[in-house]
Amino acid sequence: MKKQFIALLIALMPMAVMASGAKVHLEPFEANLEDKASLQNGMKLFVENCMGCHSAQYQRYERAADDLEMDKEYVVENLIVGDNKIGDHMTIAMSAEDASNWFGAPPPDLSLETRLRGSAWVYTYLKSFYVDPNRPWGVNNKVFPDVGMPNVLENMQGVQVCKGEHCEEFELVKAGTMSAEEFDTAMYDLTNFMTYIAEPSKMISGTIGRNVLIFLAIFFVFAYLLKKEYWKDVKSGSWREKH
Amino acid sequence: MGNPNRSKAEKGLMRWVDDRLAVTQAWEDHLSKYYAPKNFNFWYFFGSLAMLVLVNQIVTGIWLTMSYNPTAEGAFASVEYIMRDVEWGWLLRYLHSTGASAFFVVVYLHMFRGMMYGSYRNPRELLWLFGMAIYLLLMAEAFMGYLLPWGQMSYWGAQVIISLFGAIPYIGEGLQEWIRGDYLISGITLNRFFSLHVIALPIVLLALVVLHILALHEVGSNNPDGIEIKKNKDEKGIPVDGIPFHPYYSVKDIVGVVVFLFVFCVVVFFFPEGGGYLIEAPNFEPANSLKTPDHIAPVWYFTPFYAMLRAVTYPLFGVDAKLWGVIVMGGGIAVLFVLPWLDKSPVKSIRYKGMISKVMLAVFAVSFVVLGVCGALPAADQPSWLAPVATLAYFVFFLAMPWYSKIDSTKPVPERVTG
Repeated sequence: MKKQFIALLIALMPMAVMASGAKVHLEPFEANLEDKASLQNGMKLFVENCMGCHSAQYQRYERAADDLEMDKEYVVENLIVGDNKIGDHMTIAMSAEDASNWFGAPPPDLSLETRLRGSAWVYTYLKSFYVDPNRPWGVNNKVFPDVGMPNVLENMQGVQVCKGEHCEEFELVKAGTMSAEEFDTAMYDLTNFMTYIAEPSKMISGTIGRNVLIFLAIFFVFAYLLKKEYWKDVKSGSWREKH
Repeated sequence: MGNPNRSKAEKGLMRWVDDRLAVTQAWEDHLSKYYAPKNFNFWYFFGSLAMLVLVNQIVTGIWLTMSYNPTAEGAFASVEYIMRDVEWGWLLRYLHSTGASAFFVVVYLHMFRGMMYGSYRNPRELLWLFGMAIYLLLMAEAFMGYLLPWGQMSYWGAQVIISLFGAIPYIGEGLQEWIRGDYLISGITLNRFFSLHVIALPIVLLALVVLHILALHEVGSNNPDGIEIKKNKDEKGIPVDGIPFHPYYSVKDIVGVVVFLFVFCVVVFFFPEGGGYLIEAPNFEPANSLKTPDHIAPVWYFTPFYAMLRAVTYPLFGVDAKLWGVIVMGGGIAVLFVLPWLDKSPVKSIRYKGMISKVMLAVFAVSFVVLGVCGALPAADQPSWLAPVATLAYFVFFLAMPWYSKIDSTKPVPERVTG
């Protein structure tokens, strides 16, 4: 039996091999979908800072309001962009053509960004803009070199420059409206919200999954006892009289 | 159905049906009086589990089809619609996507069981061939299903696999166009893959599963000892080492099903992406024919054969490396079909085969896993000799079998099943 389990493990090994690592060191990020305050703040930051150019075209305002336990009136009055209704998707008015002309490429839809690149990538990216006079918007990004996006977070974060030959560290040369800790928290909240919109079903799948597993564990006991009872006939050979 | 506690009316109804269609007969032939060896072990769960996963795929597939939009314009968005707006849509989708991988897990283990215990040997060659046909069809089914979410990896994975047909001399170029129905993968390709994935292939797959089971029940199940229980019957004609499949194996399989479902649900509810191996990250970006992903890897269940394809890098006998790669990869699958005629050992089960056969089976298992890992990683991230050596080992297991299985020592096979 032991040998067989080892064989099974070997057979399953390809699934366990992790994807090869990213080139840039990413800051660790662990989403917390329980923290509704963080998610609410994240949504506010997302609407205010990202939705000038980016949409979240698969996410509905109403779903976010429900999942994040937000007052719908507050959402309608403060967070909905343009003429959208609460049941609408979080879309924007900027056309892809205009966007291409302004930024070189249309800003991507962000609904699935954290599933595409990873939450840690997004979190690190948001914090990794630095001054680079050679770029059209005067900034570059360590995680996404030569990115077309300007640093819209600059007024909060302040201005960063690179230190070291390969940009090992950043140095803040001009303070923003937030302290470093405040900015980190804000970016955590924003990334947390983006992690939520990438897979809203995560809000409930964990609880349902846990209950399903508990059910299966209990069912296992009965299934096993049933098998054991029936197989008494096999062990004793008495099934032959019964059939 | 032989239940003596049945009411008169029930008996009357059953007789009425039986006079018109032999339902009781079929029930007995395939379940209550189908005698399976009593010594099935852990490895014998995977056949019934494959049936379970098949049912899961069909049922979840039916519901996904109700909300999926098979057009290049709408496919990607409709998957997100299923994930967000369809009641329990996320669960249906994850059951289906995880089910695809689970199918290959159980099928690979089911096949390995057959290889260990010689289940492909006389009189079960046809059974093995039906099984191989199912495996081949399953690969086509999975490949076509993977295009449907219309993500970047859907698109480029299909691109890579369809381009393999281009390596075939003379007809390759035309064949590719014929498969795609276009000069590049487009909405036309998506529509036909959808049609094949939800109608044509499942029908053939189900028919083959029926044939696989009928062929099994004709000759009876093999067992870990590789001996024929039908050779030793009691006065009633029942094999002395056999037990009725129902209820004994049906209750045992329920235990296996629960354990399987536990593992399956852990993945479905907590790790549906499987670390990027079940749902690849680039697939969260819609298909874009102008932007190639950095690293195109097929889903894990294809990677052993993909590694064989990449392992061949030299042109030989005036044939270019790509065509050789396709030949080797095709050969890697084709050689499994002829396995029943490669094994010349006087015994069926690995239990009674000699050291050479045991070592070779281990070499096969290791090479298959190594190839799987090689195929999943970028070529630059692995020693260049690894995949070629593993490919060679894989083929040596099969092609040298007629020789080593004959000269290898054997242990005496018992008259009755053990354990």
